[in-house]
Amino acid sequence: MTPRTNTFWRTLLLLFCGIVALWLVAPSLVVIPLSFTDRPSFNFPPAGWSTQWYTNFFTDPSWMYALQASLRVGALVTVVATACGTAAAVAFSRTRFFGDQGIRALLLSPMVAPVIVVAIGLYAMFLRLNLLGTTLGFVVAHSVLALPFVIIPVSASLQGFDRRLEDAAAICGAGRWTVFRTVTLPIVAPGVMSGALFAFATSFDEVVLSLFIQSPYLQTLPVRMYSSVTRDTDPTIAAAATLILALTTGLTIIASIYAIRRNRVS
Amino acid sequence: MTVVDVLSGRDTARQTPAETANTKRRRRGAIGLLSPSLILVLGVFVAPLAIMLWRAFTDPEVGFGNFTWYLTDAVQHDVLIRTFTTALIVTVVCLVVGYPFAYAMVAFGPKVRAVLTLLILVPFWTSLMVRTFAWVILLQDNGPVHSVFKFVGLEQVRLIRTNLGVVIGMSQILLPFMVLPLYAVMVSIDRRLVMASASLGARPLTSFRRIWVPLSMPGVGAGCLMVFISSLGFYVTPALLGSPNNSLISQQIYVQVNSLLQWGKGGAMGVVLLILTFAVLAVLMLALRRAAREEQHE
Repeated sequence: MTPRTNTFWRTLLLLFCGIVALWLVAPSLVVIPLSFTDRPSFNFPPAGWSTQWYTNFFTDPSWMYALQASLRVGALVTVVATACGTAAAVAFSRTRFFGDQGIRALLLSPMVAPVIVVAIGLYAMFLRLNLLGTTLGFVVAHSVLALPFVIIPVSASLQGFDRRLEDAAAICGAGRWTVFRTVTLPIVAPGVMSGALFAFATSFDEVVLSLFIQSPYLQTLPVRMYSSVTRDTDPTIAAAATLILALTTGLTIIASIYAIRRNRVS
Repeated sequence: MTVVDVLSGRDTARQTPAETANTKRRRRGAIGLLSPSLILVLGVFVAPLAIMLWRAFTDPEVGFGNFTWYLTDAVQHDVLIRTFTTALIVTVVCLVVGYPFAYAMVAFGPKVRAVLTLLILVPFWTSLMVRTFAWVILLQDNGPVHSVFKFVGLEQVRLIRTNLGVVIGMSQILLPFMVLPLYAVMVSIDRRLVMASASLGARPLTSFRRIWVPLSMPGVGAGCLMVFISSLGFYVTPALLGSPNNSLISQQIYVQVNSLLQWGKGGAMGVVLLILTFAVLAVLMLALRRAAREEQHE
């Protein structure tokens, strides 16, 4: 049902998409062969092979601490940002009050403001409050950046929500909390789930803010990678990158298959 | 739903008059529900920006000193121009590459669509640091891309620590932010309009130009907005692929604050970057809104 293009144009378009696809996906794959190199250099392609950089990644305390810090901060940010963002989205969908559009724009603005600008202000503030290199500091800083990515999908799933369902449950004698738990939550669950996923990804990926609020005692994985690239040529970073790449690609493929199946059922 | 709708609040539900009875109780509830987010944003987003603004006007002395320095410094002038040109080039590259790709996502069958969607989503979810590191390896001197260039006789072209390298890396990294809004708009275009124009005798290229392109404009606007704004404040990729000699404004801010401890100058540059970003945002959003309104009137 497409605008009638002849075979020539269709082939040309597919060929173009193939090249773009290669440009999108192939570059990241260079980290895989590099992670198996046998000498401490970034020469590509590697001359010989070894798995020493993986051993190094899992035994070097600085990489292990960074991985643990990233997972810990990511998990806490997921909880904090999802809870705050869901509550805010529910508030926006329920009432209109004076200044609600302004508050909404304020809560979404961390998404568009240049991170480096927030980072220098936050650096000054955390320096004064002794929050540099603390889990608390990382969690609140990442949560602010993640908040818009929770509010948007939850608002979207609340958009088609018929509020009379809540009223019906209340008429049947359900308390406020029961109404929320048995009616509201199941309906907004997909939105909350994707918000939580975005929140974790935002935190796990964040480099710029983290560069400013880190300390030698607490670095997240992207910060450890950044300092590795800028300071030395240590292929351990390629091993770390390969592991992250394998994990995210696997999760994306699983999620896509799940989404396609669910669409087919409904 | 596009980014513009979300940012301008057009996606929120409107209230019907019958629902106003509960409004007061709900309003009190809303304040309770909003307060955690508000505290977070005021404390960790607004307060740091206020501190930066304060520093810009008071460090080292009270006044407009940092801003006069910024506006008269020739180096900073070049950096600002370079930042805007780079952002513009990256946006154009993403649009030229992303538009046909998004079109292909809706033009072919469900199988092609699933594959192309996956090909956009995998890099979208892949860590920025991993993708930037990969480009460092690819573009390094005597690296794979450089070898190919040498092979075809372009050995004098340097890639790492040049603006060319920065543009190549940034446009690849930001492409999903162009394709996803484009796809979201294109998938909702009514194909019968294109068929109708064809049945009235328009050639495929004419109906594409006069029906499809105008209807996809909201997506073009939203995609360009995302890519351009992200490019303006991009730090990691230009810092690792570029060099101090061709730095962008975000790298300059980093150097001023982290290496030179010039909080006032860094703060002034931050204010400039923030104002420019929101100015671009406001202009593009007004243009998109006006376009949407005109469309409704027709």
